[in-house]
Amino acid sequence: MKVDRTELTWWERLYLPTLLNGFKVTLRHFFSWKRSEVYGDKQKNYSAKTTMQYPEEKWDVPTGYRGAPYLVKDVDDKTKCVSCQLCEFVCPPRAIRITPPGDSGVVDREGAEKMPKEFEIDMLRCIYCGYCQEVCPEEAIYLLEDYAITGESREELVYDMKKLLALGGADKRAYDHHVQDGVGDGIKKWETKTREAGEQPKFH
Amino acid sequence: MPASITGLFAEPWALTLLKVIAVFVVVMPMVAYSVVAERRISAWIQDRVGPNRVGIPFTNIKLLGLGQPLADGLKALVKEDFTPGHVRKVFFWMAPAVAMVPSFVVLAVVPFGSMLGSQKMVIADLNVGILFTFGIVSLGVYGVVLAGYASNSKYSFLGGIRSTAQMISYEIAMGLAVVPVFMLAADPTWQKGLSQSWSVYLEGAGLLNLSSVIAYQSDTLFHWLMFKQPIAFAIFLIAIFAETNRLPFDLPESETELVAGYHTEYSSMSFALFFMGEYAAMIAGSALMVVLFCGGWTLPLGDFFNTPAQSFPQGLVHIGVFIAKIAMFLVLMIWIRWMLPRFRYDQLMNIGWKRFLPLSLANIIITAIVLWVLHS
Repeated sequence: MKVDRTELTWWERLYLPTLLNGFKVTLRHFFSWKRSEVYGDKQKNYSAKTTMQYPEEKWDVPTGYRGAPYLVKDVDDKTKCVSCQLCEFVCPPRAIRITPPGDSGVVDREGAEKMPKEFEIDMLRCIYCGYCQEVCPEEAIYLLEDYAITGESREELVYDMKKLLALGGADKRAYDHHVQDGVGDGIKKWETKTREAGEQPKFH
Repeated sequence: MPASITGLFAEPWALTLLKVIAVFVVVMPMVAYSVVAERRISAWIQDRVGPNRVGIPFTNIKLLGLGQPLADGLKALVKEDFTPGHVRKVFFWMAPAVAMVPSFVVLAVVPFGSMLGSQKMVIADLNVGILFTFGIVSLGVYGVVLAGYASNSKYSFLGGIRSTAQMISYEIAMGLAVVPVFMLAADPTWQKGLSQSWSVYLEGAGLLNLSSVIAYQSDTLFHWLMFKQPIAFAIFLIAIFAETNRLPFDLPESETELVAGYHTEYSSMSFALFFMGEYAAMIAGSALMVVLFCGGWTLPLGDFFNTPAQSFPQGLVHIGVFIAKIAMFLVLMIWIRWMLPRFRYDQLMNIGWKRFLPLSLANIIITAIVLWVLHS
C-alpha cells in the first residue's frame, strides 16, 4: 500500500509552527488551578487538575461498593448476629472465625436464641467477595464503605466482635435500602428476597 | 577580626577558595530546586499537582513542597547503592563523578557578578574564557560514555554511543555559533571607547575574556547579542539543549527505547550524581547563554545596573540579576522538555550536520561581510 505523505510547506518544515503551538497548549494547561474533578466531566475541562489530593479530598464511594465487612446492629442497637456460622462456612479465604456461645450463651435481644461469644474477621485475609453478606439470614453482616484498612501489626488487623459492631454501627444502610424500596420493616431480608424472586420472569 | 585571619584573606588563594565555596553553596541549592521546579512545572503542564507535601521536617508546615530536595537527597543517600555483578567496576564508579565535575568547572570562568568589595566576581578570570569553556563542556560526554561502556548492558551502551555522536555534532555548531559573538565583541577599537569604570574593570582582560563580552552588551537592550545575533543565539540555545541531554535531544537517556539510557544500571547516590550533573550542566549552559547573549549581570537600566559595582549592595544586586536571568533560562529549558517530543536519531544528526552547521558558517560569513562593509 502506498501512503501519501502530506507535503509540508517551508514554514511548517521550519518547525516553528509546532513550537508555537506547543507553547500555546502547555500554557493553557499550565494555568489550570481548579481542584480535581475525578468523577466529573474531566475530559472536557482543561481547567481542572486530574490529581485527587487523597487524604484531604476523597472520592465518592459508588453504590454497591464492597468495602470491609462489619457487623451491624438493629434499630434498637442490639446485636443482630445469631451465631449461625453460615458466613464462617461460606467465607472462601476463611477470614471469619466465630466462637459459638455453647451452653452458657446470653442474648441481648428478644427473639434470638443465641449470639456469638466471639466474632473475628481477619482483614488481611478478607477478599471482599461479599458472600458473608449474601448468606447471612439475619442481615447482620454488611460490606460497608471502608476501603482504607491499615494497621501496624497482623494482630491488630484481626477485628474482634466489639470492634466490628462499633464500626458497623446501627443497621442504617439496610434500613435505608428497604425503606427506599418501600417494602418491609427495614429489618427483614427475606421480604426483599421474596419480592426479588417474584420479579423474576416466569417460565411456563 | 584577628590580624592572622585578615592576613589570610589577603592571600589570593584564600579568596579564590572562598569564591569557590560560595559558588558551590549557591549552585547546589539551585540544582536541588531546579529539580523541584522541573517536577512542579511538569505537573502543572500535565494538569497534575506535583510534589506539594514536604515542608519543614517534623512539622506540619508544607511550604508548597519546597522541602522536597531534603527528602530526595535523604532518599538517595539511604537507598542501596547497587553495583551489578557484570559491570566494569572502576569505570562504573568513576562515571558519575566524571559526568558531574565538568559542569561545575565551567562555572569557574563565568563572571557571575561585577564586584564585591575589591574582588571581581569570577573565580578564574581567564583571558581564554570561552575556549576554556568549550574545552571543559566537551569533557561532559566522557561521563556519559564511560557510564554506557562500564555498565556492560546494551541499553547503557546504546545510550553512551548516541551521546558521543550527539555531543560531537552539536559541539561544532555551538562553537561556530559563538564565533560571530566574538567577531563583534572582541574588537579593540570598541574597547578603547569604554567608560571609565568599565576600562578600570577590564584592565588587563583579553578580548576573549567573558567579562569583555558583557561590557560589549551593557549599553542598551539592543546591544544584547541575542538581538544582534539572533541566528547565533538560536543555534547556541538549541546546541545547549543537545549538550545537556535535555528533551527534545535526550537520546542518550531516551526512556521509551533505552530504559534509562546510560544510567540504567545506576542506583542511589551514583544515579543522583548523574541527575545533579544534568542540572548543573543546565545551570552552566544557562550561565553561558546569559553571559554570551543576554548581557550577563547587566541590565540596560542605567549606571547602577550596567557598570561594575562601586559598592557592596550594588555588587549583590548584580549577582541577583545574573541568577534571575539563569533562572529564566532554566524555566525555559524545563518548559521545552514538557512540550516537545524527542527527535528521532537520524533527525537529530540531520539537524546538527545539515542545518545548523551550514547555518552557523553562513552566519559567520554574513557577519564578516557586514563588519567589513561597516568598517571600510
